[in-house]
Amino acid sequence: MSVELLNFIETVLNGLMSGVMYSLVALGFVLIFKASGVFNFAQGVFALFAALTLVGYQTGQVPFAHLINELFGTNYHNWYASMPNFLAILLTMVTMIALAWIIERLVLKHLVNQDPIILFMATIGLAFALEGVGDLMWGSDVKVLDVGIPSGGSVWLEEATIGLAAEGSDYYGMYVDVLNIWATVIAVILVVSLALFSQYTKTGRALRAVADDHQAALSVGISLRSIWILVWAISGFIAMVAGIMWGTESGVQFSLSLIALKALPVLILGGFTSIPGAIIGGLLIGVGEKLAEIYIGGYFETGALENWFAYVMALVFLLFRPQGLFGDKIIERV
Amino acid sequence: MIYKETGQYKSSYKSDHAIFPLLQDKIAFSTLMFIAFLIIPFVINSYWEKAILVPFLIFSLAAIGLNILTGYCGQVSLGTGGFMAVGAFSTYKIMTYFPDMNIMIIILISGLITAAVGIIFGLPSLRIKGFYLAVATLASQFFLVWLFNKVPWFYNYSDTGQITVSERTMFGIPVTGAEAPSYATYLFCLVLVVTLSFAAKNLIRSKMGRSWMAIRDMDIAAEIIGVPPLKTKLSAFAISSFYIGVAGALYFAVFLGAIEVTESFDIMTISFPVLFMIIIGGLGSMLGSFLGAAFVVTLPIGLKFLMVDIVGLSAVTAKHFEITIWGLLMIVFLIVEPHGLARLWSIAKEKLRRWPFPY
Repeated sequence: MSVELLNFIETVLNGLMSGVMYSLVALGFVLIFKASGVFNFAQGVFALFAALTLVGYQTGQVPFAHLINELFGTNYHNWYASMPNFLAILLTMVTMIALAWIIERLVLKHLVNQDPIILFMATIGLAFALEGVGDLMWGSDVKVLDVGIPSGGSVWLEEATIGLAAEGSDYYGMYVDVLNIWATVIAVILVVSLALFSQYTKTGRALRAVADDHQAALSVGISLRSIWILVWAISGFIAMVAGIMWGTESGVQFSLSLIALKALPVLILGGFTSIPGAIIGGLLIGVGEKLAEIYIGGYFETGALENWFAYVMALVFLLFRPQGLFGDKIIERV
Repeated sequence: MIYKETGQYKSSYKSDHAIFPLLQDKIAFSTLMFIAFLIIPFVINSYWEKAILVPFLIFSLAAIGLNILTGYCGQVSLGTGGFMAVGAFSTYKIMTYFPDMNIMIIILISGLITAAVGIIFGLPSLRIKGFYLAVATLASQFFLVWLFNKVPWFYNYSDTGQITVSERTMFGIPVTGAEAPSYATYLFCLVLVVTLSFAAKNLIRSKMGRSWMAIRDMDIAAEIIGVPPLKTKLSAFAISSFYIGVAGALYFAVFLGAIEVTESFDIMTISFPVLFMIIIGGLGSMLGSFLGAAFVVTLPIGLKFLMVDIVGLSAVTAKHFEITIWGLLMIVFLIVEPHGLARLWSIAKEKLRRWPFPY
């Protein structure tokens, strides 16, 4: 194989892997949108909040330490004890479920039957509030998140591919981050278990019923409230997984919440209502971005196409297929 | 008692169509204008200018712009920051190419350029709406900021990527640049804001404004009764962008003087706050744009004073509190009063009709 082809394959592979990361975020959006018709702009902040909480539990930080110290002149920061990973993850999950409950109680309940756009703006507010609370609780400094997922280049793949190039050429093998491979594996497990859950359990069926038709679901005795809490909790859980992955890669900091903005084009591409769409959309955007960066990025002096390329890709797509790849067809013409 | 409209008869169509039909409103408005034009310029100092009055005026202009698009025409836009950047950078480029041109004209031309850009980015609105459109406008935000950041022609190949305003005068008094006196920058913004607000108010009451509202309320029905969606939506995009562009030009030329595009026109520093303004102030209300802008500009100052100077928190913690309170306020407003401060004001007026008598 020629070096160019190998490089191309490497780029596509890396694109697919980073696409998985986008899909993870987009998945949370789709779940909530399907079940409650809310376009949850706070999904990215969910991931940030989950990651912050996880680090906080792990390292045994005192919640609201800064605030308490400044108000009362004390100097608490740590419990002087750290938590094993799995306990911390478990506790974070509990926190996310509690958060879902609080959100349903304080926000969603009061906004039933409002315009979707009002709900959307409420979630922008939610994003701000949650970000502020997260910072107040755990501080806004950049934190290192380590739950034992290895990262760095995969040596195995590098060695396995080094021989593929033609004899005598300068080829050092493919570089793929182990973390991304892990993310892919976890995402696959997550999606499969979600699919199984929604196909084969009673709650899963109720979930799909609500997604199909709110009123019909209500009339056969499904409690909308509990389903909503459940859905928000599940997407909180997905946000936690995404937060762990992104946080391990680039540290837990404010910019983590901006992955929500990365996920929006994925949603447009895949359709707002389709779980497979979220995954395939994520993969397409990931690959497209990486390819564009390498093959068109050179034509612009300073590169950094990443910020908007996905959006333009999604926009162009939107002109031809407004409902996305797998979204429900919108029959409305004006 | 205070807001009694009894006895105020309208005997002509002209008086029926007046912007302020009530005597009380007329008096209140004239007093406000009197204070704004004839008292504040003499007492203004640099702190009031830089921290409160000028940002308030500029952001009310941006809020009017976004309100035209979102509040009146129903097209949600998250690209305000990008459009303000267009205004700012066109001002800068025109300033470098035409050193003798009057600053007022430069700013208005920048508004027109932004309007043209707005039309281009408004094109997707013909096929998509709601969230999809919001995301499409987000694309314009990212694209425009990227463009001004990465194409050196826009910042005249300067090393820092910053653009800096040069001094321009109106009637011999500098209004831009570091030497401009407080009263001059304030009055310059005030004149523009008052004129453009009147223009907007009248546009909204005209055929154009009514067709915007028709599209907002129900686009299909509007099309059936003969409102052309293409023309209406694009005109809303154009006019809204014009206002936002002028606001961006003022933000750069008069208020900040030197800007770096990724910082000054970020989605977090411009687009969302302006969206807050119109939600908190009131969607589809001129008064709301001003109230919202005043609220958004003064709240951080008030909160900072309260938390840093009185409670004694550090600036960082106070900032976190501020973000939290923003978010909560937004949710509370959407739940309790979706029509915003403007609606609260009209409720207050209702109450004032007979206050202090019980009935």
